[in-house]
Amino acid sequence: MIHAETRPRSSSLWRDGVRRLRRNRLAVAGGVVVVLLCLIAIFADFLAPLPYTKTNFSRLNEPPSRAYPLGTDQLGRDLLSRMIYGARVSMLVGLGAQVIVVLIGVPIGALSGYIGGRTDLFLTRFVDVMYAFPRLLFVILVMSMLGAGLTNIFIAIGLTGWVGIARQTRAQVLAIKEKEFVDGARALGAGFGRVLGRHVMPNALTPIIVAVTFGIPEAIFTEAALSFIGVGINPPTPSWGQMVGEGQQYIRSYWHLCVFPSIAIAVTMLSFVFFGDGVRDALDPKLK
Amino acid sequence: MFQFVLARVLWLVPTLLAMALVTFLVMHATPGSPLDPVAEGANPLSPEAQKVLAKHYGLDRPLYEQFAIFVSKAVRGDFGYSFVYKTRTVQEIIAETFPISLLLGSMALVLAIVVGLTLGILAALYQNRAWDYVSVSLATVGVAVPNFVLAVFLIILFSFILPLFPTGGWDSPRNWVLPTIALALAPMGIIARFTRASMLEVIRADYTLTARAKGLGEFPVIFKHTLKNAFIPVVTLLGPMFAAVGTGSFFVEAIFRVPGMGRFFVLSMTGRDYPMIMAVVLTYGAFLAIMNLAVDLLYGVLDPRIRY
Repeated sequence: MIHAETRPRSSSLWRDGVRRLRRNRLAVAGGVVVVLLCLIAIFADFLAPLPYTKTNFSRLNEPPSRAYPLGTDQLGRDLLSRMIYGARVSMLVGLGAQVIVVLIGVPIGALSGYIGGRTDLFLTRFVDVMYAFPRLLFVILVMSMLGAGLTNIFIAIGLTGWVGIARQTRAQVLAIKEKEFVDGARALGAGFGRVLGRHVMPNALTPIIVAVTFGIPEAIFTEAALSFIGVGINPPTPSWGQMVGEGQQYIRSYWHLCVFPSIAIAVTMLSFVFFGDGVRDALDPKLK
Repeated sequence: MFQFVLARVLWLVPTLLAMALVTFLVMHATPGSPLDPVAEGANPLSPEAQKVLAKHYGLDRPLYEQFAIFVSKAVRGDFGYSFVYKTRTVQEIIAETFPISLLLGSMALVLAIVVGLTLGILAALYQNRAWDYVSVSLATVGVAVPNFVLAVFLIILFSFILPLFPTGGWDSPRNWVLPTIALALAPMGIIARFTRASMLEVIRADYTLTARAKGLGEFPVIFKHTLKNAFIPVVTLLGPMFAAVGTGSFFVEAIFRVPGMGRFFVLSMTGRDYPMIMAVVLTYGAFLAIMNLAVDLLYGVLDPRIRY
């Protein structure tokens, strides 16, 4: 993928970045929690003491005990097991949505910036209108029209999330395509695809990576928010946001129902933000 | 100046029209209809009844015609009757709930600005010392953690552990405290972070050095020479801030049972209350656009280097 003559420089950029990242203790802590969450999500089937649908109607809304470390919910289901499976939804949405966002946003932004002219004008106008829409409002609108469900969450986030990354990519491409080495590549006879794919895009990558690291917690937040108001994940699949939303109605009598998933959301969001801050500072110290 | 304002005000029209069109298309392009209740156990309406209702609400007309009718009525401030609250017009509901959301949002914004600026300034003045860490951690929590999660923690802390404030409702000013804080934390964090960064820059600027070289004390240097310049980039944040407070209110109003517009928004969405959805989206959109315009003008007033 990378040219022979550019390899030493670009690999040292990455090595520098990793070195800087490892020196940032907060970012490392965030990264460790993120990896742990991913492992919990992958191995949920082995880690959860009980299936997340297993009800026990003789033990409803119980506070934490030996049998149920985090207590039981309104249907007598083990809260710990439901939280473990909830990690799966959060990670899936956080990472999966970013794949969709990148697949839509990067090509649109790159083409818009590289081709310019009328294509660019049309796309920037469209992006401006999408920007005027409060993002969450639009996602809620799309979700309540499509109905709850994991696939629809991907659609809703993908539909709205690409705008920011397209903007960012466009700005990068606009700046890079004027550089001499791009002219050089063109002069040597490189075609449209080769110039864009091999010369422009690799140099535009850093801000895209940074945008993705911040996009992950944003997608996790969006899912939690949607599930909180009841248009996100369909029950009985557990999601932290949905557990907070249902639990907060009984906060007076059964505090544990919403407190534990709230802590999970808070820890996850903070870890991703610490990690993202670290990645940004490591890859591009100027952006700070 | 006048031309700039005029152009920006005129630009509102196509923006709102585009928002209305996108909302309209999303509502009609997705499966389901307000005449066909999807709620479990709901009685399906007979096809004849559906036809009569569709005719009554104008839903049987072609889409472009429906949109044209909507726009021509909306321009005169008529959004029609709500589909869910059938006896009440949309204007009535908005007139009743919007002021509550506006009060909550304004209080949250004032709190966010006052506390956020203070934290940011303290953090910059005491860089890498205790105050800095307190401010930065508070700001990070506010930015990173969703407000409905913060709300849960606030209720646990200030309603249960220290029974200072009620868990919900909107009757007395005591009820207003927790929702305001919950809504304010996110914008407060953003403001604090930005103020800190811009203060750090200004403190190191040449003119600050000059002011110190003239023999001015710490107090006049900070208050007369740096603060005003540090505020300028922070003002640009106010636009996105209004959006954060606006959408944040859906969740905060739900948790604290505040009878504002945010709650109606979610209810109208899931109930496919077309007139309500359009009105709520446009109210938010218009409000945000007007606020953004106000912020842009304020920017010019604060920074004489900017000319329109």
